[in-house]
Amino acid sequence: MFKWLHPLAKPETLYHFCGRLFPWLMLSAVGILLFGNLWGLLFAPQDYQQFDTVRIIYIHVPSALLSMSTYTMMAIAAFIALVWQVKVAQWSVLAIAPIGAVFTAISLLTGMAWGKPMWGTWWEWDARLTSQLILLFLYLGVIALYGAFSDRQTGGKVASLLAIIGIVNIPIIHFSVEWWNTLHQGASITKFDTPSVHPSMLWPLLISLLGFYLLMLALVCLRLRTAILENEQHRPWVRATLGGH
Amino acid sequence: MQFDSFSDFLAMGGYGFYIWLAYGLTYGLLIGLVVYCFWEIKAFHQHFRQKLARAARIKQYQEAEH
Repeated sequence: MFKWLHPLAKPETLYHFCGRLFPWLMLSAVGILLFGNLWGLLFAPQDYQQFDTVRIIYIHVPSALLSMSTYTMMAIAAFIALVWQVKVAQWSVLAIAPIGAVFTAISLLTGMAWGKPMWGTWWEWDARLTSQLILLFLYLGVIALYGAFSDRQTGGKVASLLAIIGIVNIPIIHFSVEWWNTLHQGASITKFDTPSVHPSMLWPLLISLLGFYLLMLALVCLRLRTAILENEQHRPWVRATLGGH
Repeated sequence: MQFDSFSDFLAMGGYGFYIWLAYGLTYGLLIGLVVYCFWEIKAFHQHFRQKLARAARIKQYQEAEH
């Protein structure tokens, strides 16, 4: 696997690799996401307690899961960047951060729109909601810290350090519904047991989740390409690739 | 199909406002993010081409002077 993985640490190879993957990821992401969401909106049944509001699940749960797995991905890249000093790992931390921040914002906003009719409040300072808000601030912190240094390398290192430290928040978010009394319901898919969601709702949910995943990977590919070009713009291969003279 | 008519679908059993608010915000943010990511790489291409053109112009003038 490392024989296959190792050449991708070279910016030029990774740039072309991401470029080949991007169109496939983007097209399948849009198709699968729309298919999953429309299935959820049109064909999935109502919930016997939550009625039609349960249809928010097809965007709320995927965005919330993605906000956490995107963060984990960013923290792994940050670790690789700090320990092995891999340049492209450093750039990917900053390429990933804004994408994760948007997914986190979506999970919070859709949660609010679901909370108002079902819990009677837009917001409550409860464990799950608060720890998810902290996740948003961690993403914004990584972006802001990087921007706060005039030297890109120093900024990248400090931002990576914050990304790694912030990983403690991920298990806190996941287990918050068990450790504390919260308004938020417990896990029904990501538990070590058979999922307690009926297939008629589980399938559109899993398809929507796959759509969100592919979209995240597509956008990471795209932003990583931009980051590679920006950082390598003085190298001859960039000039050759972008049609220079 | 869970709904009898289009207006039924929009009403969402009386919860239409919250559901369409959630979907509207989600797709608004996602489309915004996608547009931003495309704009970023396009802006770089433009900037890079301008830089190359400027370098070529400078070189041309320098050669003309000699």
